[in-house]
Amino acid sequence: MDFALTDEQRMLEETLTRLVADQVSAEQRRAMLAAAPNRDSALWRTFAELGLLHMPFSEDMGGLGGDGTDLMIIMQALGRGLVPEPYLAGLVLPGQLLALTANSEQQTRWLAPLLEGEHQLALAWQEIGARYDAFTVATQATQQGDQWQLNGKKYVVLNLEAAAATLVSAQLASGKLGLFIVPADAPGTSTHLYRTIDDQPAGDLTLDSVTLPLTNCLSEDVSDVLAEVLAVGRAALCAQAIGAMEEACDQTLAYLKERKQFGVPLSTFQALQHRMVDMHLHLEQSRSMAILAATSLALPASERDYKIAAAKAYCGESARFIAEQAIQLHGAMGMTEECYVASYAKHLVMFDHYLGDSDYHLETVSELLKVA
Amino acid sequence: MNLTFSPEEQAFHEQVRRFLADSLPSDISERVRQGRHLRVDDHLRWQNILSEQGWLASNWPKEFGGPGWGPVQRHIFDEECAAAHAPTVVPFGVNMVAPVIMKFGSIEQQQHYLPRILSNQDWWCQGYSEPGAGSDLAGLNTRAVRNGDHYIVNGQKTWTTLGQHANMLFCLVRTDPVAKKQAGISFLLIDMQTPGITVRPIITLDGAHEVNEIFLDNVRVPVDNRVGEEGQGWTCAKFLLTHERTGIAGLGHAKQALRHLKSLASRIQHRGKPLLELASFRQRVVKAELELMALEVTNLRVIAAARDGGVPGAESSLLKVRGSELRQELSELTRRALGPAALPFFPDFLHGDDSLDDERAQNAAASAQYFNRRKLSIYGGANEIQKSIVAKTILNM
Repeated sequence: MDFALTDEQRMLEETLTRLVADQVSAEQRRAMLAAAPNRDSALWRTFAELGLLHMPFSEDMGGLGGDGTDLMIIMQALGRGLVPEPYLAGLVLPGQLLALTANSEQQTRWLAPLLEGEHQLALAWQEIGARYDAFTVATQATQQGDQWQLNGKKYVVLNLEAAAATLVSAQLASGKLGLFIVPADAPGTSTHLYRTIDDQPAGDLTLDSVTLPLTNCLSEDVSDVLAEVLAVGRAALCAQAIGAMEEACDQTLAYLKERKQFGVPLSTFQALQHRMVDMHLHLEQSRSMAILAATSLALPASERDYKIAAAKAYCGESARFIAEQAIQLHGAMGMTEECYVASYAKHLVMFDHYLGDSDYHLETVSELLKVA
Repeated sequence: MNLTFSPEEQAFHEQVRRFLADSLPSDISERVRQGRHLRVDDHLRWQNILSEQGWLASNWPKEFGGPGWGPVQRHIFDEECAAAHAPTVVPFGVNMVAPVIMKFGSIEQQQHYLPRILSNQDWWCQGYSEPGAGSDLAGLNTRAVRNGDHYIVNGQKTWTTLGQHANMLFCLVRTDPVAKKQAGISFLLIDMQTPGITVRPIITLDGAHEVNEIFLDNVRVPVDNRVGEEGQGWTCAKFLLTHERTGIAGLGHAKQALRHLKSLASRIQHRGKPLLELASFRQRVVKAELELMALEVTNLRVIAAARDGGVPGAESSLLKVRGSELRQELSELTRRALGPAALPFFPDFLHGDDSLDDERAQNAAASAQYFNRRKLSIYGGANEIQKSIVAKTILNM
């Protein structure tokens, strides 16, 4: 048992913490959000220079072979600054799927430029009728000669606008789930772009008789791989939420010490002290669950899914608690867009809506619960 | 004991329901139903209809032009309005400054201001909170210095709801900086057209422009615009905070939100079945239902006591705490029910006139409303303050 980071991991953490503190202040973040989603931002280039784009991929894919802990360090630092760059949605998730499914030709075409920062991708797994279930898919793919034809609609696809291509899951005639790579300019695709309420660029993707060459089919049975990659995503989201929870707690504590009412700082009221302590307890317990998730990625599927579902459910409840308390303890200030803690609160509340909420994951835990 | 309404009250119920069915414009109720912000014209159109019916000032006695309803009728009216998706009457004139003018104002003030409120001629806003005086309202610093027939007012007010539309401001100011802090406060009525007033928007985390900051820079206010005596402002403010607060639980809104949640969760499919059949989700809904049942009876107990001549005091703090918590929980469950559909954010639809296809329009407000509802436990005396009131006045702690 060892919770210590390696020397390299400590360096990674320090570098990223400094980078985020220097380059993603509240004002800088606002400016980044005001600009159109951009696959070629200065920060993304810095990510490339620091090796972050190579980190989560195995060495035989041209990556640096980072593990769950490395990913946790990165996501936590990004969460602390609410960094808008689509590291998870535009790189890790589609990249991992490519790494696990693509043949060498497909890797050269799509994965190598991703790691070099030459393009970004997106992953379209979600459909409106299925809530958080990635395996109930209405989008259809049919093979006709040397082509595939796709029809359907994908919902809340993160990083859709900046993506050079989107990985799309679709039901096959075989009954299996297939995975396709759909270039942004493929005829028959249309998008409805928007921001999510926590400021992430997203959109809905409609596929109307989109025809693709056979080389754009990545897998004709992607379920197990998709489950594996979504597990990575859930662990990463937990780590990101820990960063945001830390910052929300820090900002709230600082406010309680600084804000005076009735002639004394708010931090002198015991009712508020205990509330702050409860926030801290939620944070530390969630941190433990995020560590558990990050170190469970290589376990057998059912054990992995059990632990990661537990972590996602636990962090979801904590994230909401911390967000609500952060707003309440800031009083009306916490209700304003100007107050930075409100952005953290929005991110933490909406955490539950990405890759399954706490109810969804508690169901998984219940199903896999061992009686003895 | 008997929890049912009398035959007269039931007939009144029916009358209100019929009036709403006949008179509430459908475009306005649709906007309320979809959780969109109302435009000035929406508010005024509805308030003029109410005014014509004689029901705008539901809390006013007949002598001032109100319907003379008791607490039970007001309760029935509020509940039916919420159920019909009628806009909430902007409270600052009718429900807030008017009772203060009736109780403490001069005859001239009553004759001038009250009819203008009844006819929607004046739009009032509230100048209470300041950057340094929130929960500690009596710590306010806006200064009013007497200069002949005028006060010269300098300071800053904040969280002024819908102040961007207002032409009148009621305002707590410090007229005596030496007296004990509550004793040095006076209550002024200020014309928003007076030189020296600047209104600046505050955008809330749901993207809405609902509240404002108001800067007062050498604003000249006639002494005649003071309500009550100099130094009596805190008495006026406290009167307002305890006056007729039997509706503070927002029970009608909570009921409406629960109805909406149940219908939503019956339609949304989760693993091939309605979400409402998922045990864990159903249990959350059931818990909210129980809280609502309890709150309704508690509210009726307070209303009955008020009807029989008791003045609701710290009980309104209990109603506020539980009512706000329940409405917040219902907004949480609605957001949760939508799953990924709670993520897209369409501010120009919610806060403006953009259109949106039907399916998106129905769900667009859920997350924004969840964040907006955070205010319920903060404004009008944060829940922490309400609990301190209960500790002090009910439990004698």
